[in-house]
Amino acid sequence: MPTTDELKARIEDAIPGARADVVDLTGGGDHFRAVVSAPEFAELSRIEQHRRVYAVFGPEIGGPIHALSLETRAEA
Amino acid sequence: MSTVEQQIREAIQEAIAENEVILFMKGTPEAPRCGFSARTVATLEALGTQFAAVDILPDPRIRQELSALSNWPTIPQLFVRGELVGGCDIVSEMYETGELAGVLGVEPPAGAPEEAPVAAEAGAPPLSIENRLDS
Repeated sequence: MPTTDELKARIEDAIPGARADVVDLTGGGDHFRAVVSAPEFAELSRIEQHRRVYAVFGPEIGGPIHALSLETRAEA
Repeated sequence: MSTVEQQIREAIQEAIAENEVILFMKGTPEAPRCGFSARTVATLEALGTQFAAVDILPDPRIRQELSALSNWPTIPQLFVRGELVGGCDIVSEMYETGELAGVLGVEPPAGAPEEAPVAAEAGAPPLSIENRLDS
């Protein structure tokens, strides 16, 4: 079961300069919310920003990670 | 790709092309089966928008083909004039900034709350949302 620390580390490792704050919405280890900021988001539309974060987890979204609610910001 | 999957994909493409505003969701607008779908329906209804809705739950291949088409892994998914607008988070954010009313071509309701309609308290388990709507 993924942890908030694990999700945070994976987002920050995959997206250069990213900062992620991840919370477990239910305590059940499968519904998460992440606030992610990254410099490269400045070049991307909101949809593309979310796709970038979802891509870190691939098929895990909808699998072990049942839900990942996102807020993305274009900053370092 | 099997024929059935092709048929599903074509039916999805047709639905997106034929309906100016269409929401792919879990359950129906009357009986959403997921908090994120419930919240997105509530947001569209707050703007008085007419929209078509497709329940993706009856067959897992609907979600599979939809996500392959849209390059978007989660449900719900809102399409306006053939374009993916986003899921629950983006729809809520765009409601709050007023962008959603612009995309939908509707006037924001007078005295609209700044926050998107909340179907549950922030941080509450998404699955409890339906219960709150019923109460």
